[in-house]
Amino acid sequence: MSPRTTTKGIRGNTLWFWVFVGPFVIGLLVFSYLPIVWSLVLSFFEARNTVTPTEFVGLRNYVDMLTDRNFLSSLGTFSVFALFIVPLTFVLSLALALLVNQVKIARAFFRSVFFLPTACSYVVASLIWKLSIFNGVRFGLANTVLDWFGIDQIAWLSTVDPPWFWIPIITVRLWLQLGFYMILFIAGLQRISPALYEAAYVDGARPGWQVFRFITLPQLRATAVAVLILNLIAAYQAFDEFYNLLGNVNFARPPLVYLYGISLGTIQDLGHGSAGALILAAIIMIVTLLQNKILGFGKAND
Amino acid sequence: MAAAERTAGTPQPIGYSRSGIGRITLVLRWIALAIAVILFLLPFYLVLRNALATEADITAPEWTLFPKDLQWGNISELFNDESVPIARALWNSAVVGVLGTAGQLLLASMAGYGLARIPYKHADKVFYAVVATLMIPGAVTFIPSFIVVSSLGWVSSLRGLIIPTLFSGFAAFLFRQYFLSFPRELEEAARVDGAGHFGTFWRIVVPNSLPFFAALAAITFIGNWNSFLWPLVIGQDSSSWTIQVALSTYVTAQTINIHQLFMAVAVSILPLVLIFAFLQRYLIQGVTQSGIKD
Repeated sequence: MSPRTTTKGIRGNTLWFWVFVGPFVIGLLVFSYLPIVWSLVLSFFEARNTVTPTEFVGLRNYVDMLTDRNFLSSLGTFSVFALFIVPLTFVLSLALALLVNQVKIARAFFRSVFFLPTACSYVVASLIWKLSIFNGVRFGLANTVLDWFGIDQIAWLSTVDPPWFWIPIITVRLWLQLGFYMILFIAGLQRISPALYEAAYVDGARPGWQVFRFITLPQLRATAVAVLILNLIAAYQAFDEFYNLLGNVNFARPPLVYLYGISLGTIQDLGHGSAGALILAAIIMIVTLLQNKILGFGKAND
Repeated sequence: MAAAERTAGTPQPIGYSRSGIGRITLVLRWIALAIAVILFLLPFYLVLRNALATEADITAPEWTLFPKDLQWGNISELFNDESVPIARALWNSAVVGVLGTAGQLLLASMAGYGLARIPYKHADKVFYAVVATLMIPGAVTFIPSFIVVSSLGWVSSLRGLIIPTLFSGFAAFLFRQYFLSFPRELEEAARVDGAGHFGTFWRIVVPNSLPFFAALAAITFIGNWNSFLWPLVIGQDSSSWTIQVALSTYVTAQTINIHQLFMAVAVSILPLVLIFAFLQRYLIQGVTQSGIKD
């Protein structure tokens, strides 16, 4: 190739690069970078019922949010939620994956059954939970079952003491998400070489717990870390099921529901909303980075 | 015998022997599977049951497994009720689902291809700018995104529902990784035949990557169809409600009968069950490739 055509080729490549990547990058600038910058600006301003900043208030929105009892309690709600949902999802989806992976007949059927709910929306699942299963008073399925055992009806979604509302909140997410994480675990299980199990057998490892503890679990490390991180991030972003099952109630309101309420609800305080959203984003990023560091995401791999 | 089984058959994460204990755990395992299957299918059954029952039957103090008599007329009642714009909401969701998926795949596949295959001296910087957006947690951007869309005057419009969702850094990232491992020989054959970047992409690369496109399309469509927070923020007028927003609104507003509501839920699940039935292989492939659903 002569130098002349090479130069022309490079110029042509630059043009074609932008033909392919340009539209996407423009969209990213307008709908990803611009909103973040705008939100950052708004968070330092007073902005009620308007998307244009009115009065510069410095860090006051941030201070307000960090001392706002409702915002702090929404972070507390999140923590309780994560404490339940992350370990439960992890253990149960791994258990499902092991169960499905071991059956010799109709494996595809079982996999489909457990995976099917992941196609449903949180809205739909919340409606089923709220109107059919955990309908508090008269005709809820959960109360019907309790009645068989002679136990009184429970108003599932409004009982705070004891906090029965966690049962519908947790189970709806389990139903929707277990199949998804199960698929990730099954993919991880299928990457484990059968030779390892043979070696363990030859070495006299007892089938069952020992093999699981010393072969399966270490080999699943990369998948397990991915499942934990995805799970925790998804828990931080909980909105749909809380909004549809409980509404904007003060006893169990995760951060997004609260931020939605103050910035787009009746008040429309975008300054405080932006500050809160940025605080939440910072928390999520810090936790993710810490988790990566502690669990060694990306390092442990096959 | 157990060893022979292990070498011949599929990998067995927890092996079991044919001893007495092995047999008991086998039985327990099947019991656990059966209970799990019932629990996972029960909500679907409840939707069908309530969609085909009368209102009195659903709210009767005595819960029964089957409705007293099946009301097939509930379907036509739902679509004939003028006060409940379900048909409009389903249409909006279909438009958002199809256009949103097509647009996202087109933009992300082109960007991914450019980043992976077209030599450009600042390509790595552009790539970092794309990857940086993955760090930003999706759901916390709804306030800033609303601000931008609202100043464009796109609130309560299909444009506002669709366009901001088209630029997925994650999809572009997945496409780039995929195209990096696309066999170069195929592209070079097209080059020799005189095709440029555009011709190579459209006539060689895309047709040979259809399973990958199908996998991401299935995931993206389901994500779009089920999306709730963004349509809720944008759909401030009932004419721009998606089916998810409509369903959610009807519960609180109680403008719809409970059997109608369940029929609407059943109808809203139907396209997903169809996708599931026909594209399950791609869907699973997409899940394991992306590890992320929304």
